[in-house]
Amino acid sequence: MDAEQKSVELNLEYGKIDAIIGSYSGEKSALIAILQEIENLYGYLPTWALKYVSKKLEIPMIQVYGVASFYDAFHLTPRGKHLIRVCLGTACYLRGSSRVLEAIENELGIKDGETTGNLKFTIQSVRCLGACALAPVMVIGESYFDKMTPTRAGKVLKQIQGKKEDD
Amino acid sequence: MIRTCQELQALQNSLLNQRDPNKQYVRVCVGTGCRARGSLDVLETFKEEIRKQSLEIKVESKQTGCHGFCERGPVVVIGPKEIFYQQVKATDVNEIVSKTLLNGEFVDRLLYQDSTTGQKVQHEHEVPFYKMQTRRILANNGRIDPTNILDYIAVGGYQALAKAISNMSQEEIINAVEKSGLRGLGGGGFPTGRKWRTCREASGDIKFVIGNGDEGDPGAFSDRSLMEANPHSILEGMIIGAYAIGANQGFLYVRAEYPLALKHLQIAIDQAKEYGFLGKNILNYGFDFDIKIVRGGGAFVCGESSALVASIEGRMGEPRAKYIHTVERGLWNKPTNLNNVKTWACIPLIVNNGADWYAKTGTGKSKGTAVFSLVGKVNNTGLIEVPMGTPLKQIIYDVGGGVPEGKKIKAVQTGGPSGGCIPEELLDLPVDFDKLTEAGSMMGSGGMIVMDENTCMVDVARYFLDFLQYESCGKCVPCREGIKRMLEILTGITEGRGRGEDLGLLQELAEMIKDFSLCGLGQTSPNTVLSTLRYFGEEYQAHVKEKRCPAGVCRSLIEYTILEDKCTGCGACLKLCPQQAIQGEQKKLHVIDPTKCIRCGICRDSCPFIAITVR
Repeated sequence: MDAEQKSVELNLEYGKIDAIIGSYSGEKSALIAILQEIENLYGYLPTWALKYVSKKLEIPMIQVYGVASFYDAFHLTPRGKHLIRVCLGTACYLRGSSRVLEAIENELGIKDGETTGNLKFTIQSVRCLGACALAPVMVIGESYFDKMTPTRAGKVLKQIQGKKEDD
Repeated sequence: MIRTCQELQALQNSLLNQRDPNKQYVRVCVGTGCRARGSLDVLETFKEEIRKQSLEIKVESKQTGCHGFCERGPVVVIGPKEIFYQQVKATDVNEIVSKTLLNGEFVDRLLYQDSTTGQKVQHEHEVPFYKMQTRRILANNGRIDPTNILDYIAVGGYQALAKAISNMSQEEIINAVEKSGLRGLGGGGFPTGRKWRTCREASGDIKFVIGNGDEGDPGAFSDRSLMEANPHSILEGMIIGAYAIGANQGFLYVRAEYPLALKHLQIAIDQAKEYGFLGKNILNYGFDFDIKIVRGGGAFVCGESSALVASIEGRMGEPRAKYIHTVERGLWNKPTNLNNVKTWACIPLIVNNGADWYAKTGTGKSKGTAVFSLVGKVNNTGLIEVPMGTPLKQIIYDVGGGVPEGKKIKAVQTGGPSGGCIPEELLDLPVDFDKLTEAGSMMGSGGMIVMDENTCMVDVARYFLDFLQYESCGKCVPCREGIKRMLEILTGITEGRGRGEDLGLLQELAEMIKDFSLCGLGQTSPNTVLSTLRYFGEEYQAHVKEKRCPAGVCRSLIEYTILEDKCTGCGACLKLCPQQAIQGEQKKLHVIDPTKCIRCGICRDSCPFIAITVR
């Protein structure tokens, strides 16, 4: 890709962010909401996007970075296609969810919060999804899996891995 | 568009006239719990089946919010007799339609079976889980479609707003709230009426009201359920409050982890605007008010009022010292009244029924009802509402159905990371704000977590500290550094490195953090440690002195063994062990090699003969 093409593409991306900022009328107090939309768009917050937001909203980069690194909803590195969330809320923890997390970590060979090299899976422990009757609960994408055990979690994961290799 | 109180009354009357009380209905719970178990499929199948059999005129099917009995989801109620079906699958729908809707018969296997009497229960109100409750805030949760404002209006919704705005002065509203004895249901328990009055009297033309739906406590989901199931009750409370206080703009701060709550609240706000309950000149009394939703960023500390305010302003959610309270200087330095969403939902009840009615229920200084999410090692996990002052024992055994597998109850944790553990000996304790605080715990945002004999209290304390050190915003030293040091000590104890002096040091650190942290969350953070040290000292001693975990939880202190008389040599554990730590020939006794074993417990889960134990 030559430099000219690259700059055209970056301008395209800037345009998307302009649109988001515009929808909040450039309000400084909308910083978190704007970052949430950028996170939705890219699955994480690219550094160039943070810099661009800082410039456009006239908020110092240190403050933008502060907010981006403060809240759990934001991520500064790319995330996997499949987000695996394991609940470590009290009800799930008491029913053994930390062992479920451990089984998934072993299966994928990554730790909590990390993403597999092929950008397929990200493991993210969460502190309560508010679905305590399903404890221990695991959520992959939008699908809930209830009453998890390490063995069942491994099986679910293998199923998804198998399916995804087909496409 | 409803322009006057008379028009609202007329609309409610016409809705009630249109509705035939004898018409059959199907109500399917689509709260997060039931939805996760496939209730949307169940609802769709009902709709399809009703259409296929041309029953639309006879039967109305609709989605409702959380009924509370999440353990038994998906929950379906068939009216008008309120027949209660539990754990319903899409494949059951056909039978329910042909038997119950068309012929008035029960589908026996879907009825709830009372675990003590063994009898099948046919109607929702007879299920012991519901029978023992007093549902006020949650009263309409399973009855109305949260995405349809007309459902809320039909059950008397927005009548309290009409009454307040047309018949009561702002002073009278605040007097009523004060007299009702309502206290903040988000955890702190500050008298709501007094808060409102301070905010009303604070100087400044621009004021704000905020609904706090940033339910961060792990193990609590009452705010989520209410926002999902009855969003208009929260809006109505906020509109009345804003009118009394003199605010024209409101915010609802909601956890991003609650997508359904966010969706239902947004629908409710749009509909309330469309009907004229929000916007300009509400009900023609010259009062303007609007509500905006702010999606939280996933930080526990944002449940604290000044941190929440910072977050709405688009900054890091760090609390500030409260020499000046948010009621005087909050959002953008304007007087700001913040209440939990459950507190807001109480307001229409108080306005409609009167302060005396509200205060009739409850104890001396804690009036009304308390909402808890009853979770953990309890048979009936779910959302419950009981009068303030109900003994813990009654909540856990009569509503919650006791502890599974006949195990012994060890403790009850309330108040999330800010609360503490109450031991089994104190289960007669009546639950209210002050009694819980006296016992070393607190009401918190309504999580009630039951722990059985297989729960290690040292590990529980370590668990909450781990949560808190991650969530600490880092602004003040006692919380940021103190919690970390306590966590190190506790981790050492659970890993067999405990020293004699550790317990004294923990106590000292805990008291320091309590006294010197900046915000309420920091000050209450050592509660779990303090309460477990107070009630479960022996268990700490066993870890420190004998290097033993009596509950069999702490990995470094336990060993898995296979019982000779129970092992059949089936090989199930051997195949699943990730460490190849189990050896044995088929049909002969298997043995675990403790040097290879990582104590993951997979073998114990897999053993069909319960032959693997923890020592």
